[in-house]
Amino acid sequence: MRTPDLHSDSERLAFLPSMPRDEGGPVFAEPWQAQAFALAVRLSAQGHFTWKEWAAALAEELKSAADRSEPDDGSRYYDHWLAALERLVAAKALSNPAEMLARKEAWADAYRHTPHGKPVALRKVSEK
Amino acid sequence: MAATVPTSMHAQDHEHDHDHQVVPSDPALRTKALESLLVEKGLVDPAALDALVDAYENKIGPRNGARVVARAWIDPAYKKRLLSDGGAAIAEFGYAGGQGEHMVVVENTPKVHNLVVCTLCSCYPWPVLGLPPVWYKSAPYRSRAVIDPRGVLHEFGLDLPEDVEVQVWDSTAEIRYLVLPERPAGTEKMTEDEVAALVTRDAMVGVAKVAAPAGGKA
Repeated sequence: MRTPDLHSDSERLAFLPSMPRDEGGPVFAEPWQAQAFALAVRLSAQGHFTWKEWAAALAEELKSAADRSEPDDGSRYYDHWLAALERLVAAKALSNPAEMLARKEAWADAYRHTPHGKPVALRKVSEK
Repeated sequence: MAATVPTSMHAQDHEHDHDHQVVPSDPALRTKALESLLVEKGLVDPAALDALVDAYENKIGPRNGARVVARAWIDPAYKKRLLSDGGAAIAEFGYAGGQGEHMVVVENTPKVHNLVVCTLCSCYPWPVLGLPPVWYKSAPYRSRAVIDPRGVLHEFGLDLPEDVEVQVWDSTAEIRYLVLPERPAGTEKMTEDEVAALVTRDAMVGVAKVAAPAGGKA
C-alpha cells in the first residue's frame, strides 16, 4: 500500500479503495456531499419540508449560480445543494443562520485544537 | 421523532473518518454544523442518515435498473406492466423509496429514442439508478438536452439516423423517467442475468444504446 503525502480530503478520498464509483466517476466527490444529500432526504422524509419545496429551493440556488455566470459543470453542484439546505432549514425555523455559523466555528475550533491522531469532538456544548 | 443523542457521544461517533487536525473545507464544516444541530434537536436520526448514505453509496445503483430492464426484455407480461405502471412494476423488485415520486418508463424502439433530463435541477430515478452522474447535474446538459438533443447525443458518441424521433423527457419532483433501451441483437439466447449485465446507466438515461455483447455468447 502506498502512503502518499496527502494534503486534502479529496486527495485522501482518491486513495480510499471503497470509494463509490460508477462509470461516470465517484458518486460523491467528498463525504460531506453524501452527508448533505442524506440530510435533505431525511428531513423531507420526516416531514420537515416536502420534496417539492426541496426541489424548488435547489433549483433557485442553481439558477442564482447561473445568473452569476458561475461556471456550472456539475462540480459545484453540492455547494448549491448545501446552500439550498441551509436556506430551507432557516426558512422552516429548524435552525437559524447565527446558530449554524456559531456551530461551524465551534467545529473549526475543535479541529484546530485537537492533537493529530485524536478524534475531534466539540469542546463544550455551546447551545442546546 | 428521533431520539436525541448526547452531543459528546454524537461528535465522537462521527469522527472516525476525520482523525487528523486539518480543518475541513468550508462546506464540510457547514455540513457538520447542520448535521450536529439537527441531530441534537431530534430532527433527524443519525442512524438513518448513515444508513441512507450507505445505501446510496453501496447498495443502490444502476444495477437495480438493469435488472428491471432485463426482466422487461425477457418477460413480455412484465414489460407490459412496466410501461403501464412503472412504479408498481419496479416495486415488484422491492426497489422503492426515494420520495414517492411517480416512475414512468419510456421505451426505445427502432423509430423512437428517449432521452431523460431534469432542466430544473437534477431529479433522477434514484431507486433504480443510484445517484446522478456529474454530467447529468451540469448546466450544459440540463439546458442543451432539450434545445439540441442530437448534439448532446453526438457528444456521448451516439449518432441516430435522421428518421429516428428523439423524445426528451424533463423530470420533475413528481415524475421520474427511466428509459427502457432496445435489446441488442445477438442476445436472444442469453439469460436474464446475462442481459442485465449488458445494461448501462447511460442507456437507461438515454445517452447511449445497449451494445451487443463483444464476441463470446450468443
